[in-house]
Amino acid sequence: MSHSQRRRPEDPQIRALAQMIASRSMSRRSVLGAAGALGVTGLLAACGTSGTSGGGGTSAAPVDVTDLSESEKIVNWANWTLYLDYDDGTKKYPTLEQFKELTGISTNYSEDIDGNDTYYGKVQAQLNAGQDIGQDIVTLTDWMAARIIRQGFTQELDHANIPNISNLLPNLQEVDFDPGRHHSLTWQSGYAGIAWNKSRFPKGLKSVSDLWQPELKGRITVLDEMRDTMGLLLLDAGVDISGQWGESEFGAGLDVLRENIASGQIRQVKGNSYKEDFISGDAIAGIVWSGDIVQMNFENDDQWEFVIPEGGGTLWSDNMLVPVASPHKANAERLMDFYYQPEVAAQVAAYVNFISPVVGAREAMEAIDPELVDNPLIFPTDDDLEHAYAFRSLDADEETSFTSEFQQSIGA
Amino acid sequence: MSSRVLGRRGKKLDLRSAEELRAERRKGRTGQYLVLPGMIGLALFFALPVLVLLAMSLYTKPPGAEIGEFVPALQFSNYAVMLEAYWPVLLRSFWFALIATVLALLIGYPMAYLVAVRLRQHGLLKGILLVLLIAPFFSSFILRTQAWKQILSDEGFIAQTLKAVSLLPADGHLTATPIAVVAGLTYNFLPFMVLPIYANLDRLDTRLLEASGDLYANPVTTFTKVTLPLSASGVFAGTLLTFIPAAGDYINASLLGNNRNTTMIGQVIDSRFFRVIDYPGAAALSFVLMVSILILVIIYIRRFGTRELM
Repeated sequence: MSHSQRRRPEDPQIRALAQMIASRSMSRRSVLGAAGALGVTGLLAACGTSGTSGGGGTSAAPVDVTDLSESEKIVNWANWTLYLDYDDGTKKYPTLEQFKELTGISTNYSEDIDGNDTYYGKVQAQLNAGQDIGQDIVTLTDWMAARIIRQGFTQELDHANIPNISNLLPNLQEVDFDPGRHHSLTWQSGYAGIAWNKSRFPKGLKSVSDLWQPELKGRITVLDEMRDTMGLLLLDAGVDISGQWGESEFGAGLDVLRENIASGQIRQVKGNSYKEDFISGDAIAGIVWSGDIVQMNFENDDQWEFVIPEGGGTLWSDNMLVPVASPHKANAERLMDFYYQPEVAAQVAAYVNFISPVVGAREAMEAIDPELVDNPLIFPTDDDLEHAYAFRSLDADEETSFTSEFQQSIGA
Repeated sequence: MSSRVLGRRGKKLDLRSAEELRAERRKGRTGQYLVLPGMIGLALFFALPVLVLLAMSLYTKPPGAEIGEFVPALQFSNYAVMLEAYWPVLLRSFWFALIATVLALLIGYPMAYLVAVRLRQHGLLKGILLVLLIAPFFSSFILRTQAWKQILSDEGFIAQTLKAVSLLPADGHLTATPIAVVAGLTYNFLPFMVLPIYANLDRLDTRLLEASGDLYANPVTTFTKVTLPLSASGVFAGTLLTFIPAAGDYINASLLGNNRNTTMIGQVIDSRFFRVIDYPGAAALSFVLMVSILILVIIYIRRFGTRELM
């Protein structure tokens, strides 16, 4: 939709060609040559490589984008499913309606992201070529946010346009992948921990090792998100996953995983779809995400219990980022600012049931749903936060080798 | 073939005028031009991507490179590394696909025969059954597989019954096992087996079956000597249409399996591409899969293929 509203060719390659044609200093041959070169680089870009750039470091070409926010009152936002307050009656997102009323900016909200990896696979080539992916905000998990910031695929945020950034929770203000939060802003956070079916396994679980009890054989599911499953296994072995650890600690954790997959203790390693196995009864316990359990309990009569294991749980966040070549950065910043008002953040938290990153959202929740104020999975206690760790950032080589080993261990 | 036709008509051609000959040639060329769009399409959308895939499979990652950054090279070791790690998965994929193809044939042939031959005189019933055969195509492949997951689940009717009659151990299960994956493959590709066989048997001249009976052949002999050979090209098409997509399938393997013992090559390619961001590795595996299927199919055609397929 937004594409049709853009008059200038946004693709830097096309723009370069257009400039060349405009300057008239060209022969037929040079045009053909340029077209050929475009074809080749386009082809390579489509393969997901940077083609000619051989060295390391950031690979994206610098892009100069004119911000069209003044003339085009729109912002395109790609997010995960069930991640924004939604009114089934009106089929609208109430907070987005409020945002439009307040600012005149309409939001094209899409639930385009169903996995960090798959979304990256989809847009990486375009970002690498400095092209507009049609989104002005993308919402990605810490480690993927780290990757695309490192690769130069994001625009710098102007904090002057986001005064409410002062409401960001103190423990989220400094992150190692984005010092000073100049490229990213937290959308929601959550834990990975352990959960079990209360009626089928009344004695419950305390630690990750409890999952390996014989009576749970074949009834365990763990997440295919490496940082959560491995993070919990490493924490169970006493490793501080935020601190310095390396190949040997990771390898030891991987051995535990392999062993329990080989013995049939762990039946499946899954992404979002683990929820179906909990509901169908195939899985009785496992490593899960906190918000999912809150939502599932809401829809299925409170069948499960979630805890942060004794060794500790992982704390992750999804972050809003403005991709390179997005022509609506100022609009995107206004939207971020809007969602950092405590009253708005509370409306979102009441629906999505993940941890709100906004100071004051808890007080604002009193007015919306007093019952949720004391829900530690939405407004964590200090004790919980002390037991929740962020997985440290990996460099490119570590990321490739750890992911590869993890994927091989789970059989893919 | 065309030269033979011309040769046989050689004498007649001499009698025609040069004008007629030219007209004839023009007509021949029009036919060639009509093939052009198809050929260009094939070149653009098949040959070129395959070449890109081949080139990609030989790319290398320079030291210290960013994730997803690869440079052109001739790194043939990509193939060795991938094959060494994943040859069991590749073999398993072909094995699963083979079992599913045989099962689909055993289930599908009688179905096709019933509709095409037995019910030939019963227009309405035949029509209803035909619609039922095609009906699965009207709903999503993924949804149907998802439904099977519920049917086969531990708390489901089938698993509970099997446990009650001790066919399944008390702590056993059906989902996340090779049985579930092969069953899913068989189920999902069954229509691809049935329809070509049906199309073939529908043209079967039943007078030949009567003649066979008149010559004192029993039903088994009639089937093996008359019906089966006459429907061979349908069986052939059905087995290819089932085996080839089944070998590369990953929906069944990930929904019904998703376990170390059920991983199929499609899942590995997906994981190398999207998770590990190892494009050369994923490309190498895809290429190996394509070439292996091609070789298997060529062997199959050589051994069992009918003349018109050659």
